[in-house]
Amino acid sequence: MVDQPRGMTDLRADGAMGPGEAAAEGYGKVEGRTQKQIVWRRFKRHKLAIAGGLVLLLIYVAALATPVIAPYEYDESDFTAINQGPSADHPMGTDRLGRDELTRVLYGGRVSLVVGLGVGTFVTLIGGIVGLLSGYYGRRVDTALAGLMDFVLVLPFLPVLLVLGSIFQFSAFTITFVIALLLWPRMARIVRGQVLSIRNQDYVQAAKAIGVSDVRIAFRHVLPNVVGIMVVEATLVVAQAILIETAVSYLGLGIQPPTPSWGNMLEDSRTTMTTQWWLTWFPGLMIVLTALCVNFLGDGLRDALDPKAVE
Amino acid sequence: MTEAPNGRTEAAGATSSASSGEYLLETRGLKMHFPIKAGVLKRTVGHVKAVDGVDLQVRQGETLGLVGESGCGKSTLARLILRLLEPTAGEVVFEGENILGYDRKRMLRVRRDMQIIFQDPYASLNPRMTVGNIIAEPLKTHDIGGSSGERKRRVQELLEIVGLNPEHYNRYPHEFSGGQRQRIGVARAVALNPKLIICDEPVSALDVSIQAQVVNLLQDLQKEFGLTYVFIAHDLSVVKHISDRVAVMYLGKIAEISDRKGLYAEPRHPYTNALLSAIPVPDPEKERARRRVVLAGDVPSPANPPSGCNFHTRCPRVREYCKEHVPPLIPQEKNGGAEAGESPDHRASCFFPVLEGQRIDERAESTPYRVSER
Repeated sequence: MVDQPRGMTDLRADGAMGPGEAAAEGYGKVEGRTQKQIVWRRFKRHKLAIAGGLVLLLIYVAALATPVIAPYEYDESDFTAINQGPSADHPMGTDRLGRDELTRVLYGGRVSLVVGLGVGTFVTLIGGIVGLLSGYYGRRVDTALAGLMDFVLVLPFLPVLLVLGSIFQFSAFTITFVIALLLWPRMARIVRGQVLSIRNQDYVQAAKAIGVSDVRIAFRHVLPNVVGIMVVEATLVVAQAILIETAVSYLGLGIQPPTPSWGNMLEDSRTTMTTQWWLTWFPGLMIVLTALCVNFLGDGLRDALDPKAVE
Repeated sequence: MTEAPNGRTEAAGATSSASSGEYLLETRGLKMHFPIKAGVLKRTVGHVKAVDGVDLQVRQGETLGLVGESGCGKSTLARLILRLLEPTAGEVVFEGENILGYDRKRMLRVRRDMQIIFQDPYASLNPRMTVGNIIAEPLKTHDIGGSSGERKRRVQELLEIVGLNPEHYNRYPHEFSGGQRQRIGVARAVALNPKLIICDEPVSALDVSIQAQVVNLLQDLQKEFGLTYVFIAHDLSVVKHISDRVAVMYLGKIAEISDRKGLYAEPRHPYTNALLSAIPVPDPEKERARRRVVLAGDVPSPANPPSGCNFHTRCPRVREYCKEHVPPLIPQEKNGGAEAGESPDHRASCFFPVLEGQRIDERAESTPYRVSER
């Protein structure tokens, strides 16, 4: 059948890579590269995703190390420096109680990131499992689970959050849990739809004809073909969760002051947006930056996980 | 490759086929009626009779061609035989045993002996699995081939058997052409050294030049491993090339079945006549002179098949009798009249078959053909 360009293969085997590397990619050495390596190679080509991933990593490291690197305490007031703009002492300025804005942005980030990552994980797990079951087994299971999804989907989002918030006093963990419980059905629906179409593909039929077990079919044949779409949806969910937490805190029912979150910091600065711009801009920028990075990362992952993606 | 691909001993194969009698595979009154659900309550308002009572016998080592228009139930029949669908009624008898009652474990054993090759080489291979993993999957599932190293060697051997480069082990399906992908599908099907392979239109989606390659590959494999094929197609020329016997399906039923020669030389069923007359002749002179039988109308809906003979709505020879009575598969006489004798192998489900020297649109004799004797 297709003949190998032997020369190229040999070149690559010698480790001599040059401008021809990209061309050799499709036809070159066949053995020796594991799945992980292949995915990683493709991911590396996605510059925006790399950048997004790095920035996100930086944000996460900063959040983890906040107690060490933060210059002040988040509730430490300095009444000699109220409402000051950015300066050497306070790189992001201070708020009306003389608290250091940089410190508060760092601490606020911890909340937002816990919520974002937490909701993303939860939603992917619940939505993925429910969608897989619902799509793969169909019939009664599907009817029951689809009913549940519809029920959660029609719940008005903000009112439910606000009511629960006024009853329970959200902490970072409870709000993560509640947002995840409200967000999973969309993931489940997407997965379910995808599974429904994959279930009838010939390769699944072929696996059945071979005698492959249901569980193995679900994990070897169905899941890998859904993963791309799940990753993208998960990153959207992460960004969305961060924004929802922000919104709820902005409305005063999320994370309660003095604990800062990007949301309640925005809310705090609402009235002073024109005069003390730094109080709005820094938490705002962080929200946008985080959400963007997560989305870029998702794009890159999706492409890297898809073997059909153009090299 | 003199050794059986999975190392199964010849003796074991011989004993099991000895007890199975004449046929490797038999279907008896096989029916698949898909329910049509409608309304909010999803009540069943009717059935699509995709396969409606099929009796088929497949002998060890032969190739049975199965032809028919799209939608006549060929592929459904294939899936029923493999139990990818559970039939509404009937039996699938493999090596003398009805496999429909088999539990998971026994079914798994049977699956080693019957495999399928699909039509669309783009849909039949998981895009996320490497070719090596795709071909190794049957070996893994049935725990054949020992260590992963041995299994890999076996997969590479299979790649070589189907004419692919064994070094392409780690590639993904999308890196191959349609014909190559179909070869991968073939490798997966023969990996377990099955006795029966159902080829569900294996070449219909391929280029004509590639079709020949794949058909030849299938024939070579048959010779080498003593495979039995049920070869589904709608291309009569391909079927003629590869088949020992041919069955023609129409609307979920067998219209005519015969050895290849009988069917192509002496088609008895009007539908078979119409199908054969549609094959173009690659000679312009003859092509111009060729008489074609053009059937009127479309295939009726299998949800609401015609009464009596299901072909009566389009049959040029239709009589009142046909509209009320369902024709069984009647053994047909060979050309040369009664002296030449009846051939039990040539059967057609028609009361007024097209006899020697008759034209299809000629009016049949007034009494239904031999019906009184049955």
